[in-house]
Amino acid sequence: MKLLLKNISLPVADFSIEVDVELRSPVTAIFGPSGAGKTSLLDLIAGLRRPASAFIQLDDRVLTDTAVKTRVPPRRREMGYVPQDLALFPHLSVRQNLLYGQKSGSRAAPVFRFEHVCEVLAIQPLAQRRVTDLSGGEKQRVALARALLSSPRLLLLDEPLARLDQALKAKIIPHLRRVRDEFHLPMLYITHDRREVLALCDEVLELRRGRITNRARATATDWPVNNDET
Amino acid sequence: MNAEEWQIVWFTAWVSALSTLVILPFGLAAAWLLARRDWPGKSLVETVVTMPLVMPPVATGLILLKLLGRRGPLGRFFHETLNLDIVFTWRGVLIALGVMSFPLLVLCARIAFDQVNPRFEQIARTLGAGEGRVFFTITLPLAWRGILGGMTLAFARALGEFGATIMVAGNIPGQTSTLSLSIFQHVQLGQDAQAYRLLGVSVALAFLAVWISECLLLRSKWPGRK
Repeated sequence: MKLLLKNISLPVADFSIEVDVELRSPVTAIFGPSGAGKTSLLDLIAGLRRPASAFIQLDDRVLTDTAVKTRVPPRRREMGYVPQDLALFPHLSVRQNLLYGQKSGSRAAPVFRFEHVCEVLAIQPLAQRRVTDLSGGEKQRVALARALLSSPRLLLLDEPLARLDQALKAKIIPHLRRVRDEFHLPMLYITHDRREVLALCDEVLELRRGRITNRARATATDWPVNNDET
Repeated sequence: MNAEEWQIVWFTAWVSALSTLVILPFGLAAAWLLARRDWPGKSLVETVVTMPLVMPPVATGLILLKLLGRRGPLGRFFHETLNLDIVFTWRGVLIALGVMSFPLLVLCARIAFDQVNPRFEQIARTLGAGEGRVFFTITLPLAWRGILGGMTLAFARALGEFGATIMVAGNIPGQTSTLSLSIFQHVQLGQDAQAYRLLGVSVALAFLAVWISECLLLRSKWPGRK
């Protein structure tokens, strides 16, 4: 995977996200406190926000280039986006949610088969349920499966475990690991939890007020605890 | 109730329902544009759309009469190219009712669209859905109850319309007489019994329409709302 984020300038509330980076790791963590601009950066990559300037390229495909007014619309970006609030469609069943991205005729045969994805995430028994009746951990897995079934080329995960308690986190992490290992899908993983970074990611970018303040391999030795962070 | 009275009730009910259906696509389009897009002149359009709600209905009716009469710019077009007369026909009633109830539909539908979390639409797009699919599979189903409430209010408004209708369509028995026009006429002529019978029907219809609307609005607590 090669994700180029060049010359990014995206004004948000009271600061501007300024990023210039090339990512090659399979799973990259974007780590930082809330309000650092992590979600806005993910929205930008997914095409949901318009930057002041940006050049975004995934592998050999240019997605955004403000210099020549190129902007691939979100539906053609092939990004599997799992937002923090999951955004499961409340009026559709679990199955309808899962198939929402697969049905779009614009894509070739799905890379990830329905049965396989459901099995990896252990959600076969949920298919007929209403999404409003699911537990937090179940919703998380369904949202992840829905993103996978749209056959994305990059998975964008926004704090996928933040709203789960410790016991549930421990249950979901192996699922995420399996997704990573079974589907060989590159991921951008937003979090503010060190343990998740060390458990799942290869590389970590620290983001503060829109700037990358540190970049390291995601191991305990290469990325020691920083004392000024809590 | 005699045959003539039933005809009036029936005519009022179907022309009100039809006017609500006719304005529905335009109302939804206007509401969606107001709720989801920013464009120059938006506040102006919003004001114009709301005008029939705050203007005297008779004044709105006079504008329509001048526009739609055979010598009016729109009326001449319809008369000469389509051989259709609007003024003093049921079509005039239909247009008067549609114009008068349009703001209610737009206001309700706009609130309904506003309450749909845009995040659902964004995520649907990342899943490959185009704008049309997003609207029909996400926005519309999540806003549906509010829209239905708006349709009911628009229908109820049409049922009770008087001022614009009498300007554009007059009160021609068997052709353009609606409940409101007939009640007024019966009272004018001292026919209290007929007036009271039609009054009873009006109360029943209006009550039913608003009550259905209230029930739908109360039940519209979707988890999908912000």
